[in-house]
Amino acid sequence: MFSIFRKEVNSFLSSLIAYIVIGLFLTAMGLFMWVFPESNVLDYGFADMQTLFTTAPFVFMFLIPAITMRTFAEEKKDGTIELLLTRPITDLQIILGKYFSSLLLVIHALIPTLIYYYSIVRLGNPVGNIDSAGVVGSYIGLTLLGAVFTSIGILSSALSVNQIVSFIIAVFLCFIFYSGFQSLASINVWGQLSNLIDQLGIAYHYSALSKGLIDSRDVLYFVSVIVFMLLSTNLVLDSRKWQ
Amino acid sequence: MSVVVADLVKIYKTQNAVNHISFSAGKGEILGFLGPNGAGKSTTMKIATCYIPPTSGTVKVCGFDVTESPLEVRKHIGYLPEHNPLYLDMYVHEYLEFIGSLHKIKGSTLKARVKEMVELCGLTVEQNKKIGALSKGYRQRVGLAQSLIHNPEVLILDEPTTGLDPNQIVEIRNVIKNIGKEKTVIFSTHIMQEVQALCSRVVIINSGKIVADSSVNDLKNLQSSSRIIIAEFEKPIDSQLLRILQGVKEVKDLGNNRYEIESNTDKDIRNDIFRLAADNSWPLLGLKQEENSLENIFRQLTGKKGEEHV
Repeated sequence: MFSIFRKEVNSFLSSLIAYIVIGLFLTAMGLFMWVFPESNVLDYGFADMQTLFTTAPFVFMFLIPAITMRTFAEEKKDGTIELLLTRPITDLQIILGKYFSSLLLVIHALIPTLIYYYSIVRLGNPVGNIDSAGVVGSYIGLTLLGAVFTSIGILSSALSVNQIVSFIIAVFLCFIFYSGFQSLASINVWGQLSNLIDQLGIAYHYSALSKGLIDSRDVLYFVSVIVFMLLSTNLVLDSRKWQ
Repeated sequence: MSVVVADLVKIYKTQNAVNHISFSAGKGEILGFLGPNGAGKSTTMKIATCYIPPTSGTVKVCGFDVTESPLEVRKHIGYLPEHNPLYLDMYVHEYLEFIGSLHKIKGSTLKARVKEMVELCGLTVEQNKKIGALSKGYRQRVGLAQSLIHNPEVLILDEPTTGLDPNQIVEIRNVIKNIGKEKTVIFSTHIMQEVQALCSRVVIINSGKIVADSSVNDLKNLQSSSRIIIAEFEKPIDSQLLRILQGVKEVKDLGNNRYEIESNTDKDIRNDIFRLAADNSWPLLGLKQEENSLENIFRQLTGKKGEEHV
């Protein structure tokens, strides 16, 4: 697994993908946080980071599929997947290697935003007046959300040989999981079921974590979605054997 | 026996790609795996390397079954897939180290192995380039180096010499020949000279079935029920006179005063033809005995089905 992980990280670093993704993410977040008049913290006047935590999921929704779309689609197209699958490693090791390398990149995009936290701490009046617990919870939530999106991206990549198709499937699935379930639940036909449908989506658990309350049920939700996605990927890779 | 294929069947939806084939290969043997396109060569190789499972039957590599212990099988196999897939944006060393690390070779052993493979496969000049910048021949060598990095007992090569120029083919063949002294090599091809130059044994398959499994020499003798001689004269002759020579079965006019004479194997009729020509004062320009080439045998063994349809 570690060899695959290292190879993927190397290819991110040598193919500019890593720099573009991190640069783009930080540019977008910087603009939303500090420049755009509707959302910037300076005009808003409150020392919190809600702008980051509400905008980042939507930026991730496009950026993460862009990171993951090549992981399996490219290998399938070039035939190199046959090279990997005939080595003494299991399919799951390949999937995990690719998953964690993409996740590492996502986390690396998030780390520089800690500077925003420091800036807001300094800007607060009195200095240090910020809901730190909420910020920590939100960061954990955002990391978990990124981890879920990455697993969705990996699955989509395994589903197609075409990177663009993978990208589109991933964006769509990320959207459904993030806010689709929530919007679906708000349709007034479900009655009692509405709450259940809401809980299937990421938004419900993400906003719970954003309050600074780290509930094991929310964490368990994220972890189970990731496991489900990665096992489905394993199933997709295994499907070559069903012909 | 390092590789034992027993009663192997692979069915893709409706197509019966491999149909009850059995053969085996031992240590120090280079086995040529022949067949027309779509005969099931690649499918058999993919099953042997645990890429796809068989519908029924088994393949055993070094005593391990492909369905029961695929990871063990993969450890003992070096595989060069058809079309030689490579990561074009990786450097030669980086790529070989990556494949080596997948086989759990580490540290200085890995470095030493990579160096050894670079030398063995003649990559020294190109070793610091990206794979994408290499010519086809060198890419093929990288593919071969990759399949050998973990010093496998069994080497499976799917059409290793396609698309190479004649010099490169000879070089790659020499590499394979050297490797074949200590290991089991199974390679597929449809180039007959390659089989003649390399293999100790040949398995020919056609539409998923084995049509021949023997040593190269046996195979050549297999079909030699008649001898074919080509005679060329300066001007047209009376071919009836050739036909009545003893032992001649048939005479075909090939045009340009060339005649194909088919005779029994037990008698060399070239002497008689020469006399006949001398007696009749026909200037004889050429007299050549056709080798019963592997190519002819291959065509005879695998072409039958096609003829039936015609």
